[in-house]
Amino acid sequence: MVGSALFFVFAGLAIACAVSMVYHRNPLYSAISLVGVFISLSCIYVTLAAPFIAAVQILIYAGAIMVLVVFVIMLLNLDDDKPLNRLRYLYAVGGGLGLILLVQTFFIFYAVMRAPQQAVNGAETVGKTMNIGRGMYTEYLLPVEIVGVLLLMAIIGGVVLARRLAQPQLELVVDQELDERGLEEEKGDYRVAI
Amino acid sequence: MEPSLASYLALSGILFTIGAVGVIFKRNALGMFMCIELMLNAVNLTFVAFSRYYADVTGQLFVFMVMSVAAAEAAVGLGIIIAFFRNRQSIDVDDASILKN
Repeated sequence: MVGSALFFVFAGLAIACAVSMVYHRNPLYSAISLVGVFISLSCIYVTLAAPFIAAVQILIYAGAIMVLVVFVIMLLNLDDDKPLNRLRYLYAVGGGLGLILLVQTFFIFYAVMRAPQQAVNGAETVGKTMNIGRGMYTEYLLPVEIVGVLLLMAIIGGVVLARRLAQPQLELVVDQELDERGLEEEKGDYRVAI
Repeated sequence: MEPSLASYLALSGILFTIGAVGVIFKRNALGMFMCIELMLNAVNLTFVAFSRYYADVTGQLFVFMVMSVAAAEAAVGLGIIIAFFRNRQSIDVDDASILKN
């Protein structure tokens, strides 16, 4: 009974925060609402006997990714998102597509409802950190290594994308050359050529 | 008494739909990025729920992979957004039309 009540409380909170995230035009409000969704989902993971995933959810999503997003919002000093002035019918199209998607999702879930209604015995211990670690370093070692390579690629890609490109040094070299030869008046011509 | 598997799947489907509709409605790249994160979380909830009801640890391990991909996506995606803002002074996706002509 308590588990059911907790689920409905946090499910309602998650849906409310998600709707608020889509509704708000200020990116910072959206980000805070998304943190609310992450925390509600983390609580639902606890009720699903997955304490490790719940902790990682808080650490990675609410702790790392959202801090990065809020940092970028602050850095860029954004205005509010402007309302859609042209293509207003896009709201109706988007709502219709969303409804179709919802119906499709529910249909798929209905089709797989042969799933067990009650948890399998011994399911309580599945989410323990020891079991997850054992799975991660025995059966699923290769995916974990691949994820490591992926994270390395992301680090390099992030650094390459976010750094400010150095100005070309060519102009400076030519200027020095002309200074040495005492040809002050030709600088402008070379600049145009460059 | 515990909520059935269907309730978790329904919550996941609703969250995923809100995220997908948000990607359509949002005009700025950061908003779309956050909606994508919401969709990833909805899928994670499905994985954890199935993992619980089938007593199989694979689902939770895959949630871990999804989180790693989300972190990588955050690093690269925000780098792209910053580079785009530097060029256009805006992160409105309607301004990203350089390939159109």
